Amino acid sequence: MDAFTKLTGVVAPLDRVNIDTDQIIPAVYLKSIERTGFEDALFSSWRYNADGSENPDFVLNKPGYRNANVLVAGPNFGCGSSREHAPWALRDYGIKCIISTSFADIFYNNCFKNGVLPLVLPEEQVREIMEKAEADPGIELSVDLVGQRVWDESEEISISFEIDAARKDALVNGLDDIGLTLRMENDINDYEARHGL
Amino acid sequence: MPPKTMFEKIWDDHVVAQEPGEPPVIYIDLHLVHEVTSPQAFDGLRMAGRKVRRLDLTIATADHNTPTWDLSLPVIDEISKKQLDALDRNCAEFGVTLYDRFSPLQGIVHIIGPDLGYTQPGKTVVCGDSHTSTHGALGAFAIGIGTSEVEHVLATQTLRSFKPDTMEVRVNGALPRGVTAKDIILAIIGKIGVYGGVGHVIEYTGEAIRNLSMDGRMTVCNMSIEAGARAGMIAPDQTTYDYLRGRQFAPQGADFDAAVERWKALATDPGAKYDRLVELDASELEPHVTWGTNPGMVAPISGKVPNPADIEDEAQRESTERALQYMDLKPGTPIKDIKIDRIFVGACTNARLEDLRAAAEVVKGKKCHDDVYAMIVPGSAKIKKEAEEEGLDKIFEEAGLDWRVAGCSMCLGMNPDILSPGERCASTSNRNFEGRQGKGGRTHLVSPAMAAAAAIAGHFVDVRDF
Repeated sequence: MDAFTKLTGVVAPLDRVNIDTDQIIPAVYLKSIERTGFEDALFSSWRYNADGSENPDFVLNKPGYRNANVLVAGPNFGCGSSREHAPWALRDYGIKCIISTSFADIFYNNCFKNGVLPLVLPEEQVREIMEKAEADPGIELSVDLVGQRVWDESEEISISFEIDAARKDALVNGLDDIGLTLRMENDINDYEARHGL
Repeated sequence: MPPKTMFEKIWDDHVVAQEPGEPPVIYIDLHLVHEVTSPQAFDGLRMAGRKVRRLDLTIATADHNTPTWDLSLPVIDEISKKQLDALDRNCAEFGVTLYDRFSPLQGIVHIIGPDLGYTQPGKTVVCGDSHTSTHGALGAFAIGIGTSEVEHVLATQTLRSFKPDTMEVRVNGALPRGVTAKDIILAIIGKIGVYGGVGHVIEYTGEAIRNLSMDGRMTVCNMSIEAGARAGMIAPDQTTYDYLRGRQFAPQGADFDAAVERWKALATDPGAKYDRLVELDASELEPHVTWGTNPGMVAPISGKVPNPADIEDEAQRESTERALQYMDLKPGTPIKDIKIDRIFVGACTNARLEDLRAAAEVVKGKKCHDDVYAMIVPGSAKIKKEAEEEGLDKIFEEAGLDWRVAGCSMCLGMNPDILSPGERCASTSNRNFEGRQGKGGRTHLVSPAMAAAAAIAGHFVDVRDF
């Protein structure tokens, strides 16, 4: 799986609560049988007008934010569907880190399988990043998963964060979950024998 | 032994391995597969030279993309067809049992699992679909997973999963006439919010839940995910056993009786502790209608569209304003004054026989409003047949409602059934997100009886007065 260690990139603010997977990528784009190529579908209902032209009011179409690598968003980001197309669309667009106070469970899990870091920070710190990103289009943020720190160039933002050690390890090393589990084949065989399966 | 909740019993019984510093590896008893979230998983297996570990525990069906028009007509959407063909090809290559578009056992994956007897108490069930929570109604631990995890389960029959916390949602009292399972779950989500259940498995308890049929219990568990919960569960009881007895893939004869004895031990022990408790009084509930763009934005039928100016919290106020703008609703509008263009009775929430009967009872002998187009989409080919044997199709047709072929249909509009921009729909599905039923479409979530009543009246009405 893809690893995530550290990135420095533009942070885009999307100050809405409960951003659901149907907004991240509408169902009509889930018909693809590929694992990549979802960048144009990301936030498509918000990014494009009915005639297909860009909506200039949407943050990723505004000057400074177009090449965002980090998204800072309101709570419960990624609620709704289990579609892994949601982190795929973010990743394909170039967004490798999403910062929020909270994420929906399935979306959160899916991110870790795709080299995308869903970073949970306390409300005060999310607010600080949101306001800075809104006030200063194009501002870059550095996110270091190994060192568990987020900062901007001026170091006005400098945040240490907590993350589950197992999840961090998997993402930093890009571990292949299936390969790891297959090493436990004896345990699985034993379980099946014990349960008459 | 300390007392345990039902969830803890099932979880503990399924832990295959727990290495320090790694998530527990749990065994999966039933893996349901559909065409949308599986093609990339099968590709992954193919590239790594892996096979499906347990074909006997893996079942596939086609439901999301399938047109609901007559089966003699082709799938005309080329991309949908490609995805359906990929499922055919993958299941043939890997040896997975598939109920395709033409199978008499085809249907919405969360409807056929219980209906065919695959879903049973005490099982762990996964599917690449968030509404897998439905299966918890039978006392299973059932969760939605992403495509990478689908691949993981195909290859290993296990899942690496962090153990969720537990929440008891106790629904006391008796449900008034005309108020349904859908209204219970909408009221719960309205109370705890769309984030209220995150990180938790909800166990629904209490008199009102005990008195629900299996179809109703599945409606409640189905929408657990809309409260953010990892899963929803209801302890098995005589209702569950009576439902399962004789189903095609349930244990048969003496094996069934032995299974019931095992299932009886699953219920939460007296004195077991949940991490959280939420209580609700069913006797005070009315039919519910969502007015906004998430399932927590909901009001009783006697209520009004809220006024954002009354909301103190800034983020909530802004999201309410945005929702009302998207839904084209004015603050203070009585719910009953909202006019409707479309009706959708269907989806894994409400496309079971009881749901179809409830809708039919309301429209029997009446006529669909001239300005409304109503679709009734049964949850499976089997349920369609059963409904037709009861003559429900005739009742719908005589009332001017469109009786369709089984599938997910306009719940998410991956097939040709979608709303046009600006159209307003009373829907028995589970999500009213922006554009969910078609770009620019406006969705109000309701029970089947409430949808049927709105089809006749052309606007929302209290089905209890109808």
